[in-house]
Amino acid sequence: MKKMMSILLALALSLGLLAGCGGGNGTPPQSGGDSSGGEEAAPKAAAFKLGGTGPLTGGAAVYGTAAKNGAQIAVDEINALGGIQFELRYEDDEHDAEKAVNAYNKLKDWGMQLSLGSVTSTPAVATSVKNFEDRIFALTPSASAIAVVEGKDNVFQMCFTDPNQGSASAQYIFDKGLGTKIGIIYKNDDVYSKGIYNTFVSKAGELGLDIVSTTTFTEDSKTDFSVQLTDAKNKGADLIFLPIYNEPASLIFQQARTMGYSPLYFGVDGMDGILTLENFDTSLAEGVMLLTPFNADATDERTTSFVQKYKELYSETPNQFAADGYDCVYAYKEALEAAGCTPDMSAADLCQKLMGAFTTLSFDGLTGDGMTWGATGEVTKSPKGMVIKDGVYAGMD
Amino acid sequence: MTFLSYLVSGLSLGSVYAIIALGYTMVYGIAKMLNFAHGDVIMVGAYVCFTAATRWHLPTLVGVLLSMVVCTALGVVIERLAYKPLRSAPSLAVLITAIGVSYFLQNTALLVWGSNYKVFTSIVGDGSVKLFGGRLSIPVIAIVTVVACVIIMIALTWFTGSTKMGKAMRACSEDKGAAQLMGINVDLTISVTFAIGSALAAVAGVLLCSAYSTMTPTMGSMPGIKAFTAAVFGGIGSIPGAMLGGILLGIIEIFGKGYVSTQLSDAIVFAVLIIVLLVKPAGLLGKPTNEKV
Repeated sequence: MKKMMSILLALALSLGLLAGCGGGNGTPPQSGGDSSGGEEAAPKAAAFKLGGTGPLTGGAAVYGTAAKNGAQIAVDEINALGGIQFELRYEDDEHDAEKAVNAYNKLKDWGMQLSLGSVTSTPAVATSVKNFEDRIFALTPSASAIAVVEGKDNVFQMCFTDPNQGSASAQYIFDKGLGTKIGIIYKNDDVYSKGIYNTFVSKAGELGLDIVSTTTFTEDSKTDFSVQLTDAKNKGADLIFLPIYNEPASLIFQQARTMGYSPLYFGVDGMDGILTLENFDTSLAEGVMLLTPFNADATDERTTSFVQKYKELYSETPNQFAADGYDCVYAYKEALEAAGCTPDMSAADLCQKLMGAFTTLSFDGLTGDGMTWGATGEVTKSPKGMVIKDGVYAGMD
Repeated sequence: MTFLSYLVSGLSLGSVYAIIALGYTMVYGIAKMLNFAHGDVIMVGAYVCFTAATRWHLPTLVGVLLSMVVCTALGVVIERLAYKPLRSAPSLAVLITAIGVSYFLQNTALLVWGSNYKVFTSIVGDGSVKLFGGRLSIPVIAIVTVVACVIIMIALTWFTGSTKMGKAMRACSEDKGAAQLMGINVDLTISVTFAIGSALAAVAGVLLCSAYSTMTPTMGSMPGIKAFTAAVFGGIGSIPGAMLGGILLGIIEIFGKGYVSTQLSDAIVFAVLIIVLLVKPAGLLGKPTNEKV
């Protein structure tokens, strides 16, 4: 019992020490501390403080890490040019709205002037409210829910909004006559998936597409899809629309093959990256079509150089989140130059200038050419139709 | 035919739950603690097998054995470092420690293997047995999992019932103090329990990923919770109960999805659990405990 007490006391003391550290860490703006921002090179001249939150650990870490890495590459490239300088800091939000707000507050204390919002939609809905209240301009790489930008004049998106993707997919399927009976499997507890599903269905209704089977799954039941596939098969669906991420999709392809069911599959940007899943049998994805803004196998110079750099630094093939993160930083650079901003300006002044600059900007990036933004913060760019052929992406048009 | 194919899916999903639940129930039955890190040991087992087979190109069987060895060692180390010092502490402290171990394993795996999804190659391929002219297909992995589950259940029942170590385990589960007085090495017995439970977790991980192939560092938590539910459903501490609970849970989940609604399947599963526990508080095959006054 005495031993227990001493252990408890020791624990309490060490906790006290830790708490002390935490308190001291919060105030000095330059402290690298425990955050992920510690690794960037110290900028030479005065730099714009660019902060973002994203899931760097936990189940959605793949998206946050990619966006952060992509943004870091862009920051390093721009800083090396010697003109505008950026200082990038990413905080972990674990794909959780509450933690994202804490992470945002941490960045605000650090002196963030420009924000990259949050990487995923659920936390982004929470942090964008703070961005709006604090008048800190935000450009989110990949939070595509409409609620992220809705009613906030200073929050902009680099990715398509969900409605945009859903209706574009329905239009594409209709125009190309890809399927007559359509099955849909979507993730019911995910704003991203559900948002695309809703607009897909309303657009499909307008166009007269025949949706024969609609089934769902959730985070807790994303392993077994036999029921969903049996339903689609029994109702004769010849095309399955999958507004979901690539991981459940890969399970769906595999289980459909085991069942001996081979419809056409049509995915959206979340499907991107399926070919780079380690050890994935790419023959499963043969013939899968998707609308995506970024293609790591494209042969243009910017993409190849970005992909090569990313592979060298992080030994992974970048997905569209990485490309979105990269594009965000370059879009900031162009907008800041266009508006004649300097790092000594306050966040609110920058916000005011950038709101004007972004709506007049036409930006060429990895994820699209000639992107423009409306006053609502939604981006306009054309999704690229891709089909997977012999294990690589090929353009459909 | 749809009914049969749902039944096959239910059995296949249920046998995975069952095999995880066996590990849960065994550790609970003997050490009287809920090892919430069990799901994450499963994850480690799957990752080790994946690394051996895909990156080092070792034969599948070697990969499975290697992951069993690693998980056994891991289980024993976790028990020594995290649970043993707390053996006389209140059960709540142990429970929280187990949750801590669970997060520790997840985040360590995140550092070692990265956050990107990996795809596990099934140890028996993705073939299936076709019946009724191809209208019903039974995945080979489902058959393997059910068979493995039955073998493990029988072996465990025999082990705890008939061997000397098994008897020591049952003695420890009845009363640790008295067992010690009778000359049983309680520490060793509990270590062996964790070793066996963790080796089972490795097998479960390999079978889970063979059936449902994508892997992430957090993949153990949800099947872990479902398997825990299955163990409680069948009567925690009871080995045949874990198997029964797991399989029933899988079948209810799939039937709920197929015949009621894909959105409500989990609600149905847990509603059934609540009803069963209201009627039989000790679970389907659990022994009712008599309160000693």
